[in-house]
Amino acid sequence: MSDVVIGLEIHCQLDTKTKLFCPCSTDYRDDGPNTHVCPVCLGLPGTMPAVNRAAIEYALKVAKAFHCAIPEECEFSRKNYFYPDLPKGYQITQYDRPLALGGYIEIESEEGGEKRVRLTRIHVEEDPGRLVHKGGGDRARYSLVDYNRSGVPLIEIVTEPDMTSPKEARRLLAQLRATLEYLGVYDSEKEGSLRVDANVSIRGHERAEVKNISSYKGVEKALTFEITRQRSLIRRGAVIERETRHFVEARGTTTSSRSKVEEHDYRYFPEPDLPPLRVAGWVDAIELPELPAARRDRFVAQYGLSANHARTLTGDLRLAAFYEEIAGNDPALAATWVADTLLGELNYRERSIGTVDPARFRALLALVKAGTITDRSGVEVLRAVLDGDEEPNTVVERLGLAATTGDDAIATAIAEAIAEFPQAVADYRAGKANAINYLAGQVMKKTRGRADPRELGRLLAEALTE
Amino acid sequence: MDDPFNAYITQWSFSGAGTGPLAGRTVAVKDNISTAGCATSCGSRILAGYVPPYDAHAVALVKAAGAAINGKTNMDEFGMGTTTENSAYGPTLNPRDVSRVPGGSSGGSAAAVAGGLADLALGTDTGGSVRCPAAFCGIVGLKPTYGRVSRYGLIAYANSLETIGPMGRTVRDVSDLLRVIARPDSRDTTMQGRPYEHDPVADPKGKRIGVPAEFFGAGVDPRVAETVRKAVETLAACGAEVVSVSMPSMRYALAAYYVTCTSEASSNLARYDGVRYGPGGETAKSWHDAFTAVRSGNFGDEVRRRILLGTFALSAGYYGKYYGKAQTARANVGADFARLFADVDVLAGPTMPVVAPRLGELADPLAMYLADILTVPANLAGVPAISVPCGTVDDLPVGLQLTGRPFEDETVIDIAAAYEEAVA
Ligand SMILES: [Zn+2]
Repeated sequence: MSDVVIGLEIHCQLDTKTKLFCPCSTDYRDDGPNTHVCPVCLGLPGTMPAVNRAAIEYALKVAKAFHCAIPEECEFSRKNYFYPDLPKGYQITQYDRPLALGGYIEIESEEGGEKRVRLTRIHVEEDPGRLVHKGGGDRARYSLVDYNRSGVPLIEIVTEPDMTSPKEARRLLAQLRATLEYLGVYDSEKEGSLRVDANVSIRGHERAEVKNISSYKGVEKALTFEITRQRSLIRRGAVIERETRHFVEARGTTTSSRSKVEEHDYRYFPEPDLPPLRVAGWVDAIELPELPAARRDRFVAQYGLSANHARTLTGDLRLAAFYEEIAGNDPALAATWVADTLLGELNYRERSIGTVDPARFRALLALVKAGTITDRSGVEVLRAVLDGDEEPNTVVERLGLAATTGDDAIATAIAEAIAEFPQAVADYRAGKANAINYLAGQVMKKTRGRADPRELGRLLAEALTE
Repeated sequence: MDDPFNAYITQWSFSGAGTGPLAGRTVAVKDNISTAGCATSCGSRILAGYVPPYDAHAVALVKAAGAAINGKTNMDEFGMGTTTENSAYGPTLNPRDVSRVPGGSSGGSAAAVAGGLADLALGTDTGGSVRCPAAFCGIVGLKPTYGRVSRYGLIAYANSLETIGPMGRTVRDVSDLLRVIARPDSRDTTMQGRPYEHDPVADPKGKRIGVPAEFFGAGVDPRVAETVRKAVETLAACGAEVVSVSMPSMRYALAAYYVTCTSEASSNLARYDGVRYGPGGETAKSWHDAFTAVRSGNFGDEVRRRILLGTFALSAGYYGKYYGKAQTARANVGADFARLFADVDVLAGPTMPVVAPRLGELADPLAMYLADILTVPANLAGVPAISVPCGTVDDLPVGLQLTGRPFEDETVIDIAAAYEEAVA
């Protein structure tokens, strides 16, 4: 039993077309600063918010998917603080009457079984704008404000402190991301669409809140660093103080933000410009699509996949869709190639599944299945296809990778191997069946892997009994 | 245009289209209602130079109705006052007696109409800001039901209390302007989608008028009380039935009002930090120093006082004691009105406890707050209330206030019209 206690507060941008309280487009990432703004999201005097129903519907989908209790009515509140990226001097958020309460997210536990991480609440709020420090970092002489992001809908998901390792926290985020993408309410590929604050402590000691984590990998890194830091303090007999710390992504460390002096009193009160929002009746009309767990079970049943393969392939909406597109008449072969080979190659290249042409991948699988190329050559072809712009067929031809079963080259290699390694030949003939694998390895080396392993075994056995 | 009363902060000549229900009439617009292309300052230095890029819904409707708009009228800074003396642009004078205040905070709008500079005016009413100056200047002013006129473009002081309201020389004028501005607007989701399509019917027969004892209590000038009682008798003589009633929740109304409006104001006025509009700060200073300098240098005393009060009332540990309690008292006022309106059609009483004070006479903030005692209940409950001239005391106008059921602005207008016709 781990003595680590982790809870997360996760902010995700909802992938609506327009902002939470005005008709501005949320598709601002490729455009110049302050081009997706209007009087409302600039907080000009006299403007009023009007709730974007799509954002509420998205949030309700999330709440439903995570089994939350959804009160009949929720309410927006103002969180008051001064910051230049906050054009109204307050953020419209939800406080004592959030959209959803309770619920849970199921993840694979550290021990391997299923585990429920309980949720405290889910609420909807607006994103502030963004500061650009001219001159960079601490040396900046002034800051500019870009309000394109101002008013983009966010959901904040608060978990109970139910996670016991950085790995579980990462799994929770992966499960969250997958579910949100299955629901079609979130796009993890959009920069800055995720922000996480993590509360972490060693049981029996005060906790630290680590802010400013903005990537999936960052969460595991930040938590691992923070746990090590806290443990070494405890070992030295020091007292851990309750504090807010910032994650410095570039260094993988957390630093104290000494924010106790600026302890905020946000003076929450109900937003008088928005009447309470009645969602009763609305919730029942929402239909959820197939979610990751259901799809995983279906992959096992429909394609005969192992639980592990099914979990991997359904862990990402695009990956699952890619798999179903190429599964064809040999889903087991396809699963192995996607989960064990393709993902590794993509990871190495820091590329996403979206960059892979399914037609080419299907052609590659066909070549492997037909025995035209060996598994080993298949990997080589895959790499060439990923790095270049060629059809698998063309790669096979260009590199001369067609399996060489039965041709002269393989016969020559077998003869050479038998001549060069008499000890292995003697061992085999003396009854050590394993010795044939050694010889097969030598033949493979000589043919640069073009021999079909099954075929090679047969040919070698023949040659050795001659 | 000659402006002897300092009624306007900015003169403007938006000429009307020549057709439409308000064709040929000039409308003055209070300076906290946004006008595209015309400076809008809320009577504050902190918005000096701010020109809105959009029209308030009510302004767009007035323009579309063919009216000419001749300027933006003076007001207590952000609506915080009862005299129009708390303006960064100097006090407005009462056209009926230039040694007197016109009332506030829509004093400029009232003076423009009373002084003959405009036919009609848009004011705003948070705790009496349309009705008080209407009463002091001897014109008609209506605070419509909350949610009947879009607040989009009205620069917020206390969102949950305030509405835009029409002002004019006659009840019919006010009704005409209300018909134009009470139109649905999807940008204000606190609206109820109840357009006003009514023409005044000057017949009070069969209407029951309640007269709450508390409206004639301590602090009300006996001569004002007497004038208003006579007005109620006039309505009785026209066929209305008058009954005495009681409204005990009045005791807490003023406190509930001031806690609520200052709380909301402390948040609403946070956006004036010098970053996006208005006078800018020193970029060399730290963020905290920069916005503090902008705010302390450009807000007037009354505004700063109310921001401090509201910030305190919302603070952790005090929220329940002040803001929370104020909402309870507010609910009690609403319940009291509901109980009374189950029995009577309108409530009648004085609009203001006194006639227009001399300039400087209400300098003590507490004395000024007390003057709002009769007007704030309608804002707390969101119900419609009209002030119609009902005689004079010392040659200064007295206003009769008629308060009605929610979304029965028609009824208060009808009874006001009946009174007006009876004494014409
Ligand atoms: Zn916008």
